[in-house]
Amino acid sequence: MIPLSRDQVPATADAVIIGGGINGLTTAYELARLGLKNIVVIEKEYIGSGSTGRCGGGIRQQWTTEENIRLAQESVRMYEGMSAELGYQVFFRQGGYLMVTETENDLPALRSAVELQNRCNVPTEFLQPEECLNIVPDLDISKLKGATFCPKDGTAYPFAVIWGYARACHRLGIKIFIRSQVTGITTDEGSIKSVSTSRGVISTPLLINCAGPWARSLAAKVGVDLPNKQERHEIMVSESLKPFLDPMVISISNGIYFSQSLRGEIVGGIGDDSEPRLDGPETFDTSSSLRFAIRFAKALLEYYPRASRVRMMRQWGGMYDVTPDHRPILGGVPGLDGYYHICGFSGHGFMLGPVTGRRMAQFITTGRTDEIINNLSLDRFERGDIQTDAFVVG
Amino acid sequence: MSNPKLILCRCEDVTLEEFREAYQEGFSELESLKRYTGVGTGFCQGKGCMSEAASELAALRGTAPELIRLTTIRPPAEPLTFGQLASLDVPAFQPPPREEP
Repeated sequence: MIPLSRDQVPATADAVIIGGGINGLTTAYELARLGLKNIVVIEKEYIGSGSTGRCGGGIRQQWTTEENIRLAQESVRMYEGMSAELGYQVFFRQGGYLMVTETENDLPALRSAVELQNRCNVPTEFLQPEECLNIVPDLDISKLKGATFCPKDGTAYPFAVIWGYARACHRLGIKIFIRSQVTGITTDEGSIKSVSTSRGVISTPLLINCAGPWARSLAAKVGVDLPNKQERHEIMVSESLKPFLDPMVISISNGIYFSQSLRGEIVGGIGDDSEPRLDGPETFDTSSSLRFAIRFAKALLEYYPRASRVRMMRQWGGMYDVTPDHRPILGGVPGLDGYYHICGFSGHGFMLGPVTGRRMAQFITTGRTDEIINNLSLDRFERGDIQTDAFVVG
Repeated sequence: MSNPKLILCRCEDVTLEEFREAYQEGFSELESLKRYTGVGTGFCQGKGCMSEAASELAALRGTAPELIRLTTIRPPAEPLTFGQLASLDVPAFQPPPREEP
């Protein structure tokens, strides 16, 4: 895909997209498909170096609000056709998601979630603990009170998705500049005018903020105050094993998630309530802790004791870009023409990025109202219109 | 190291040729080359290959090997089983180490 790291940026562009992760690349691709020319993507390190390349690759439709379910459902459909569309294998595997709980009191909420998902034509089933053994034969169900399973949920390999979209972007004439930082943004009478980068200045009427954890500090450069905070989440990978685990397993009781990659590795993480909510890139931290490794191991062996002899190979960290209601922030802002943001995915950017990129590209090029983009606009926080999903895990 | 069929990463079976092709595709630092080719992601986690990969990248970029930034070193130093880890007490949360400016 030849990212143009050694060159100067062009003097003008029809759109400048900041961020070379799932949101920046999908949005660039979709804009180009809709006919926009002269699109530039500015990535400060290498493509996928931010949150996208650090995530567990999970893609699920099991949410508790209709809006989240519908968005995720559209995204799953895109993932189903993605390898063919991009002409690049993204390793999307629909092994399903098995969501388990150890708490009797969670069961009514799980049942109504299933009903809502079914009404949206998402084929989730409610399971008794014993039924989980049909899906994960060696699962330790002794603490479980119930579970839900959607066979159409799955995982994909984040870097493959990034490389696939980058190649497609390159074919469509999009220029991706890596190792390039934004140093400033100018506006003129309420419209975006230019973006200054470490590789030169680009005049452009259209700036799209897809910078993930850096979105807030980027927005501040044009006076947009995003409520996003950033949080470290740790994750690990085991040695490669023969295929033994079909679904992603997640527990709403202890927050663990784990799945088996196509290389045979267990990939997984567990949330930690002690992680601080951070306020800017100066405090970012993707370091690894022994605490995480021990907590993850203990939680994993509770559900999968056979893994006790399996070796952890590596652990790392990534940043979530978190909003007060854990829903993304899409759209523009009044009084600033040509600026849009696609950020705040709170740990679900990889699963929703393709669909939000597509919807935002359509919205930007046609101007047609999109109800979901309206509902997810920045001003919802002022309106007090925030509905939080009950299933925010990992 | 002129024979392109030489194996650069034995764990993941990556040849010098594949590494060079990845560079031609536009991956120009070890972090992205590692992810794209798989170099250093196998059982030895780069102990056997990353310094060679760095030398090779330096040659491709026409720069000194010591200027090539190595990939992030992550724990564990040697693989640990989940059983070994689970047998330890959970340490208290500690704020992350901050690099001195």
